[in-house]
Amino acid sequence: MNLAWILLFLPLAIAAANQLILKKTGLAPLLSTASALGTFALAVMLLGKNETSHFAWATLGDFSINIGIKLDQLSTGMMIVVTGIGLLVHVFSLAYMKEDEAKARYFTSLSLFMFSMTGIVLADNFIMTFIFWELVGLSSFLLIGHWYQKDSAADAAKKAFLCNRIGDFGFMVGILMLWGITGHLGFDQMKSGLAAFQAANPAIFSSVLSAAVLCIFCGAIGKSAQLPLHVWLPDAMEGPTPVSALIHAATMVAAGVYMLFRLQFTLGFEAFEALQASTVIAWTGGITALVAALMATQQNDIKRVLAYSTLSQLGYMVMAVGLVHGEAGMFHLFTHAWFKALLFLGSGAVIYACHHEQDIWKMGGLLKKMPVTGFTFLIGFAALIAVPYTSGFFSKEQILEAAHEKEPILFWIAAVVAVLTPFYMTRLYVVAFLGKNRSENASHAHEVGPLMLGPLVILAVLGVIAGFPFVASKFAPAYLQPEHLVHLGFVTYVSVGALAIGVLTGFMVYAGKEKDPISIPLLQNRFYIDGFYDNFIVRYFQDTLASIIAFFDEWVINGLIVNGLSRSAESLGNRFRLIQSGSLQGYAFVFGLGVLIVVYFIVFGR
Amino acid sequence: MASLNDYLLVSGLLFAIGLAGVVVRRNIIVVFMCLELMLSAANLTLVAFSRFHPAANGLPDYNGQMLVFFVITVAAAEVAVGLAIIVALYRARQTIHTDDLTSLKG
Repeated sequence: MNLAWILLFLPLAIAAANQLILKKTGLAPLLSTASALGTFALAVMLLGKNETSHFAWATLGDFSINIGIKLDQLSTGMMIVVTGIGLLVHVFSLAYMKEDEAKARYFTSLSLFMFSMTGIVLADNFIMTFIFWELVGLSSFLLIGHWYQKDSAADAAKKAFLCNRIGDFGFMVGILMLWGITGHLGFDQMKSGLAAFQAANPAIFSSVLSAAVLCIFCGAIGKSAQLPLHVWLPDAMEGPTPVSALIHAATMVAAGVYMLFRLQFTLGFEAFEALQASTVIAWTGGITALVAALMATQQNDIKRVLAYSTLSQLGYMVMAVGLVHGEAGMFHLFTHAWFKALLFLGSGAVIYACHHEQDIWKMGGLLKKMPVTGFTFLIGFAALIAVPYTSGFFSKEQILEAAHEKEPILFWIAAVVAVLTPFYMTRLYVVAFLGKNRSENASHAHEVGPLMLGPLVILAVLGVIAGFPFVASKFAPAYLQPEHLVHLGFVTYVSVGALAIGVLTGFMVYAGKEKDPISIPLLQNRFYIDGFYDNFIVRYFQDTLASIIAFFDEWVINGLIVNGLSRSAESLGNRFRLIQSGSLQGYAFVFGLGVLIVVYFIVFGR
Repeated sequence: MASLNDYLLVSGLLFAIGLAGVVVRRNIIVVFMCLELMLSAANLTLVAFSRFHPAANGLPDYNGQMLVFFVITVAAAEVAVGLAIIVALYRARQTIHTDDLTSLKG
């Protein structure tokens, strides 16, 4: 159990040491990487353990808030994902950030992120989850804004933080509601509390629980970037690419799915069957998957395409959780983490080789220049579009099965997404890696160094094998082993058919093209959602509110209270100043008069 | 023989003259003299009370007269200090006229 505490606090200690002592020495990157290696080793050692331990962090009378660790298959499996990808990203960053001036700050923030994420995964109660939830928000903010000298990066960091805060407010309300319902905050006691509440209030049980779950889901909407708060994730690509791989593809954005599944697991899956909240969650996920996939088809920035694809895959996972087939969602989270980290790191290598060129139309022909990167990217691409016998295929299959069984409309939405995914990924691959070089930068690109290729190759291997039962049953946070490796049936036919249609149309439309033959402004502008937020919500709501508050601040707080008090004191003082005539005899006269009055009252006053 | 009231009347007059002098006069030396006059008025009252309030054995109550000596002593000390202050004041300001001493005006 002590190992788990070390696992939690090691990255924090490293982050503190880096920030406070080692900033100038150049040791910070190595130390952070060593800590990532250490946490990965610890995570492997703790895999599959079942233990809990906690200490009281804040005590108020009978009530105490604990910091605790809960080890089970779900948390230890998730730790493998977090620390494994974390380690590879640290190694990749050593090369990617070599020239960066603020390496120490970057690695400190990475360590802080590892600490926060570990806290979310290992938490044994909801308050602790919430605390670390905010901490990952902070570290994400710091890392997105790493190149804060660029306005776009600073704005993106702010946007991410604000979007997350909106969701987190709901999350907090949800936690409090759940606390009210069950009377407990710890995961272990919640189920009995829920049963007691159900027995006492059978009539309102399901609606109250629904409300609480929906509030908690708000947190997941923010963190896992579901509609309508998805806008921050594509902008978050302003951060360094390894960060996008670790935080904005593999781990942090999956925290919402993890937390929802933890909630279901804690309260019992049967409570979520036929709950209205579950329907809302499933539909939110499904619509996000569809909308994000549509938007991905018309993006030109390599990282943005991947970002929208992440959104879309997260939509899949959330949909699975909403359909109360969370284990399928968690399985997809597990496989997706590996291959999406692979794709992001691959795009990082490409961007690095092309001197920070991110527009795919200015790349082209990179497969010849960078064979290893191109090939590993191809594997990630295959896993993402669910080519049979890659990891993505197995997990997506489970989600499609779940949707097919529960909700046919969602199944067809998911099937459309399964056509769109291969389409936009083929577009990306064909345009960026095949054909001929379309710019100066691309023609000078050459293969990256071993520190970058190593993580790519490891992730490529995992991207293929992570879906097979011999890996998944041991390492995945939650996994329901199917009877047959591939169950040939309607769902599989649809899935493979969708794949074939998507890849073929992608090839036909984009092979050998110099510029995008399709132009759909609606999709290029991301359904005008960002514009709507900027021009409508920000202008009318935020600015109106801001001007009201500014008025209140200027006139009531500043004018009436602050300046008013000082002005009244001043004018009172001015009145009293007149009494101080400075004339000695005046004082003596008043003094004598006072004595007379006192004498008068003493003698005649009774 | 004069009664207690006569003494108190004279003493009250002395005190009133002193107080009027303190309030009205502008020369600080005169103000100072008027202060002394007020102290004398108080002394006269004390002696009068002592004389007209005999103790059990028929002798005057000497407590009052003791107090007079104390007042005279203190007044002497006060004159020493007060005149020194006035001299210092004159050296600093070249005036002993109270109308010119308005530094404390707010």
